[in-house]
Amino acid sequence: MSRAGLSRAGRIARRGFLIGSVAVAGGVAFGAWRYTRPLPDPFAGTDAGALNPYVLIDADGVTLVAPRADKGQGARWLQAALIAEELDIDPATARIIPGPVSATYYNRALIADFMPFAPTDTGWLAETARGAADIPARLLGWQMTGGSSSTADGFDKLRQAGAVARETLKQAAATRHGLSRADLDTADGAVILPDGTRIPYPDLAVDAARLEPVTDIVLRDRSQWRWLGQPMQRADVVAKSTGTQVYGIDLVLPDMLHATVRMAPWGGTVARLDPVAAEGMQGVLRVLPITGGVAVLARDTWSAMQAAAALGVTFTPPDTAGDQDAIWAALEATHDAGAIDTRRRDDGDVDAAIAPGDFAAEYRVPFLAHAPLEPMNATVLVTGDACTIWAGTQVPDFAVARAAALTGLPESAIRMENQMIGGSFGRRLEIDFIAQAVEIAMAVPGRPVKLTWSREEDFAHDQPRPAQIARVRGHVTADGVQALDLTVASPSVIASWFGRVSSAPPGGDVSITTGAWDQPFAIPHFRVTGLRAPETVPVSSWRSVGASSNGFFFGTALDEMFAQAGIDPLEGLLRLCDHAPSRAVLEGVRDLSGWTGRDAGQGRGRGVAFCLSFGVPCAQVVEVQDTPQGIRLTQAFAVADVGIVLDPVNADAQLSGGMLFGLGHAMNCELTYRGHAPDQTNFHAYEGMRMHQTPAVQVRLLENGPLRGLGEPGVPPAAAALGNAIFAATGQRLRQMPFARTVRFA
Amino acid sequence: MDLIVNGQRRSLDADPQMPLLWALRDLLGLTGTKCGCGIAQCGACTVHVDGLGVRACQIRLSDVTGEVTTIEGLGTPDAPHPVQSAWIGEQVAQCGYCQSGQIMQAAALLSLNDDPTDEEIDRAMSGNLCRCATYPRIRAAIRTAALRMGGV
Repeated sequence: MSRAGLSRAGRIARRGFLIGSVAVAGGVAFGAWRYTRPLPDPFAGTDAGALNPYVLIDADGVTLVAPRADKGQGARWLQAALIAEELDIDPATARIIPGPVSATYYNRALIADFMPFAPTDTGWLAETARGAADIPARLLGWQMTGGSSSTADGFDKLRQAGAVARETLKQAAATRHGLSRADLDTADGAVILPDGTRIPYPDLAVDAARLEPVTDIVLRDRSQWRWLGQPMQRADVVAKSTGTQVYGIDLVLPDMLHATVRMAPWGGTVARLDPVAAEGMQGVLRVLPITGGVAVLARDTWSAMQAAAALGVTFTPPDTAGDQDAIWAALEATHDAGAIDTRRRDDGDVDAAIAPGDFAAEYRVPFLAHAPLEPMNATVLVTGDACTIWAGTQVPDFAVARAAALTGLPESAIRMENQMIGGSFGRRLEIDFIAQAVEIAMAVPGRPVKLTWSREEDFAHDQPRPAQIARVRGHVTADGVQALDLTVASPSVIASWFGRVSSAPPGGDVSITTGAWDQPFAIPHFRVTGLRAPETVPVSSWRSVGASSNGFFFGTALDEMFAQAGIDPLEGLLRLCDHAPSRAVLEGVRDLSGWTGRDAGQGRGRGVAFCLSFGVPCAQVVEVQDTPQGIRLTQAFAVADVGIVLDPVNADAQLSGGMLFGLGHAMNCELTYRGHAPDQTNFHAYEGMRMHQTPAVQVRLLENGPLRGLGEPGVPPAAAALGNAIFAATGQRLRQMPFARTVRFA
Repeated sequence: MDLIVNGQRRSLDADPQMPLLWALRDLLGLTGTKCGCGIAQCGACTVHVDGLGVRACQIRLSDVTGEVTTIEGLGTPDAPHPVQSAWIGEQVAQCGYCQSGQIMQAAALLSLNDDPTDEEIDRAMSGNLCRCATYPRIRAAIRTAALRMGGV
């Protein structure tokens, strides 16, 4: 049996998936394919001699392929559970692998969110455009993780792959025993004959590979789900609680060398390098110039880091555009020039509706580091005709392409082994550390090299969330907000990032105003404008991207206007909101928090904020108390709608974690630049959220909207909810993050 | 140089200035102890020396005079320590990278104080950074572990 299985594969009507099966050594593989021509076979040419994206069954058992990277949200487990639910196997008994790099695993859901339609827009044009997003996604061939998209992308595809595998295995058993497939059942990884005989799937794998895959399947109703929607124990929880989870940084290979780097500040280069002293240090093997900096090769990580710190190296002095004052001035100048990058919302006539003397305010958000706790690392082995990369990445395609360019090898000679990731928040959309590791490994062919960054290197060379300035005008009456005009100046994270990893796309950057223009508020006169500021330091996507700052601008400005007109802020949001799932989360957080207004009694103040991001409406209430030790966060509540809660234990964790991530950065974090390098060099100056500042948290998930992921939508409302609470408790309005610049936290 | 790690005597050929963290990870292959910051600001490298929680990135090999316990020595997937069982039960981990240090810190706290107040938990744990902000479940797991270790 061969590829003929693919060409004969049936078509599943609703979304046009092609489900195929192929023979593999000792078994069978199942997966989803699209369009009239099969996409490249991701397992072609590997030792497995076999293919298929999602299910592999051979004598060793059942293997589930979860192609989206797991940065800590449990995505790998949930992908496996989606397959296993239809395959009728306890996902805890299956082997789960990330799968090799292949364009077959393209990410439809993420690309759909790049299209310029608000996620609440279910009209014909928006739906058509989201459908059409299959095509650019396929052409780009991104096996990309991001945009809270893994769940939405896999929901149908992975369950269908499981169902086709199940029915084909049943057909194999039916054929073998002269029975009808309809008379057979499946349970716990086995086909059950009418007489109760169990035939484990591996025993049917070779037979199943000879059959045409059964594709007339109907996905199970959720009332029949056994694992999805129920509390599940993530497969990685035991390993992560016992120190046995292997992350990229933990990899040990025979003959492995260790390396670290010291890179020039952004835009700079090495002016002078004196390697002699460092090369004489114990454990150090070599000092190596690489693109934009210097690497040290050593026998262990510590020796490499000691030598890198002691290196005699000077860098070319960067220009003053990389100073924080100049960065703010450039953002102000961008506002004053007013050249429109995007204007996705322009309802009514804001200029006529807003009079001089009406509400006007300016807000600022700082650069923010991703700073996942696992330092950047990559292990690479370059031999004469091949290159293997072991690294945690959200963009394996781009990493492979860069490695091919650096080594001169064809992409088919680059093997990417994606690793479990110790946090990302968007940082692992970058491939800088992988490219450096390839360069270093090229200098010692035949020996694997593990590159590990110091935390100082991570802060110095993060591509942060951009600093931004927003200007807001509005008109409010006792009836509510009548007009809102929001203008955001920001460098483009999309252009900056694409420019680094691929090539920058033409057109405006809608992410500058995401989380503002697309909000489900019926404001009669409503305009949102994005202005593109010059790029002073490279910037990139930070958990929730544009909504991370627009949630603050928008949620604070609305609160200010409600206060001006004497309107209760939760009532004011409900009055404006014209989207049923969004109204339900606002009502949900009102009920969950027992909202009675800004004044919560006993010297406590409450703030509320809402943001619809990545298709998920999320409302949050934060309560603070003004104490002699400073502002103390006492309680925080979050309600979000993800359509279907597939993994309830993990969904709670994502919503709680997202909100606390937003709160911690709003309180305590900023990067300020001097000469293109941040003043903050480690966590002592970038605290984020810590245990003693963490409020009691309650979260609730609703299921009224479309199925969406939850990695990011908990972040955007948090800063505004906190700032609004501090206003309620103290009367002080905070328009610039981090708030610790202005108030003291207990 | 000899160290006692997880109850076993281990011989090392290493610079005595090397921090314990890197000897554990690079020389002894005990990678459950993590590096997060290198300056004792994140707690990911927390291990026990004679039962007390210390930051392994800050203690030089020449200064290690007691018995070292790492996350691997606290318990195993088949025989977890009560703190690890509580962490598993509460499903604390998201990315999980900080959790070895969180667990070692919590175990050190509970060995000294088997019934800590909320404030004592906050104080003991505030040096352990979790970028995923799993703190509410860490609090819950510590309370669960305290009940199990003290009560049953």
